[in-house]
Amino acid sequence: MTSIFGSQAFIGFVYLVASALFILALKWMNAPPTARRGILAGEIGMVLAIGGTILQLGVEGKIEHIAISYTWIFIALGIGTAIGVPLGMVQMTAVPQRTALSHAFGAFCVTLVGTAEFYLGQRTGIPAFKMSVLCCEVILGGLTVTGSLMAAGKLQEVLPQRPITFKGQNVFNLGMLAVAIGIAVYLVYNPGATHLYPVMVGIALVFGVMLVIPIGGADMPTVISLLNSYAGLSAAAMGFVLNNKLLIIAGALDGSSGFILSVIMSKAMNRSFTNVLFGAFGQVAPAAAGGQEARPVKSASPEEAAGILAAANRVVIVPGYGMAVAQAQHKVRELYDALTKRGIDVEFAIHPVAGRMPGHMNVLLAEADVPYDHLKEMDDINGDFPQVDVSLIIGANDVTNPAAKTDKSSPIYGMPVLDVERSHTVMVIKRSMNPGFAGIDNPLYYMDQTLMLFGDAKVFVSNIVKELSGGH
Amino acid sequence: MGTILVDSLFVFMLAGFIGFEVIKRISPLLHTPLMSITNALDAIAVVGAIVLVGRHESNLAFILGILAVIAATSNIVGGFLITDRMLKMFKSTRPTKS
Repeated sequence: MTSIFGSQAFIGFVYLVASALFILALKWMNAPPTARRGILAGEIGMVLAIGGTILQLGVEGKIEHIAISYTWIFIALGIGTAIGVPLGMVQMTAVPQRTALSHAFGAFCVTLVGTAEFYLGQRTGIPAFKMSVLCCEVILGGLTVTGSLMAAGKLQEVLPQRPITFKGQNVFNLGMLAVAIGIAVYLVYNPGATHLYPVMVGIALVFGVMLVIPIGGADMPTVISLLNSYAGLSAAAMGFVLNNKLLIIAGALDGSSGFILSVIMSKAMNRSFTNVLFGAFGQVAPAAAGGQEARPVKSASPEEAAGILAAANRVVIVPGYGMAVAQAQHKVRELYDALTKRGIDVEFAIHPVAGRMPGHMNVLLAEADVPYDHLKEMDDINGDFPQVDVSLIIGANDVTNPAAKTDKSSPIYGMPVLDVERSHTVMVIKRSMNPGFAGIDNPLYYMDQTLMLFGDAKVFVSNIVKELSGGH
Repeated sequence: MGTILVDSLFVFMLAGFIGFEVIKRISPLLHTPLMSITNALDAIAVVGAIVLVGRHESNLAFILGILAVIAATSNIVGGFLITDRMLKMFKSTRPTKS
């Protein structure tokens, strides 16, 4: 064993360097100027760790006289790369579903390795501690696999975005989880019970599906972050099983990142974790929308809108996911350019849940070449609205709803919103007066300073741009 | 076993605290790239799968290992690639023209 000790220390050292590089990668991600250096650090760490592992395998193989299947390792790495490249090249609007899919892949890897370890361990017996972390690994991994696939399906709209609920759902789900944990406890004491292991994994897989189907499309940013956290924790549990510190560190970093993001997301929607998981948002809406009668609104044409924008000194654009759905971000950039050229100060107000995952809207606008120093977080810009001449809302609804501040009966009461109603003029580009995704009416539309611009966001914005450049 | 467990828990705890402190400082501007890069880093789980494939201790472990390597590698490659594509797009107010 002493000869292995040398290589054990070697691989330990390689993993130590890789761990440091991973932490640096995240540290450099804190701001755009250094962020790409972070990727490089992560990539070097990854190559070191994989290379070190393969070298280590070779050394162990020589000592233990076993043939190492290098060919298959490289075939699998090659196939993975072939799948990974197209997944890395998706459209920016599809990034949320890609991310959900990659959570599923990551958790799939962890679950498979855990399963293999379980059956391999049958020869020698599995100590209680190892078995208990192994159960954590595969339960968390299993539910993340199917939960993330469901989330990806909802985001890709191959599955209905509306929450699917039934009576006693929460009791049923918790019951299922309890059975899975019960089996896990039994397995810790009887690790030889191989017939129960598939049952436990099966329950975890079904639980993942049940966990995500009652959650509506609007809550996806929180769900994705939460699944990110689970994927990380399952990887950390795998690190405990394999006694691999690098995995524990990477998993803990990923787990805390997902956790922080889900806290930010649920705060941005004024919901608790449990509320997102058990609430099935959007169920109260039909009653509120049903009793609505037509109230007068003021509308304006592209010419009028262009005139008002041209007369402004300061314009804030509030983009929502509707803007991305209409593929209007490039036209919005043209509008930004046209206004900036006239010396008008243009900023973008980004609500934390604008988009389908944390930070999604920033990426969509960056893709359209909007400089990131003009993208303002909600807390940074909210105090400025009284000095804003025009707020132009494109494809956003609930995040601008003043009822969230005043109407206690509103389903979104308490949710932090952008104070657009304080600006001198509010313009809202919207297809029709139909309430938004959550089905909640927005009193902003009936206010005196509000002008409704009815039409497709892309067409309307390009008409405004045409007016602005034509009237020059 | 006992000391290994305690060692691992120490590592987990410290990494968790570092994670909180480091990630708290990340601008919300970059939360999407953050999630895609942590995803890629998380796929370091591939090392466990590589060992399963390389050692070929049982056919089951071998096949599960191959699938696991494929899944994790696609996350590594796809994750780094898309993070890089996203970060390339983040530009400050253009220094050269207009």
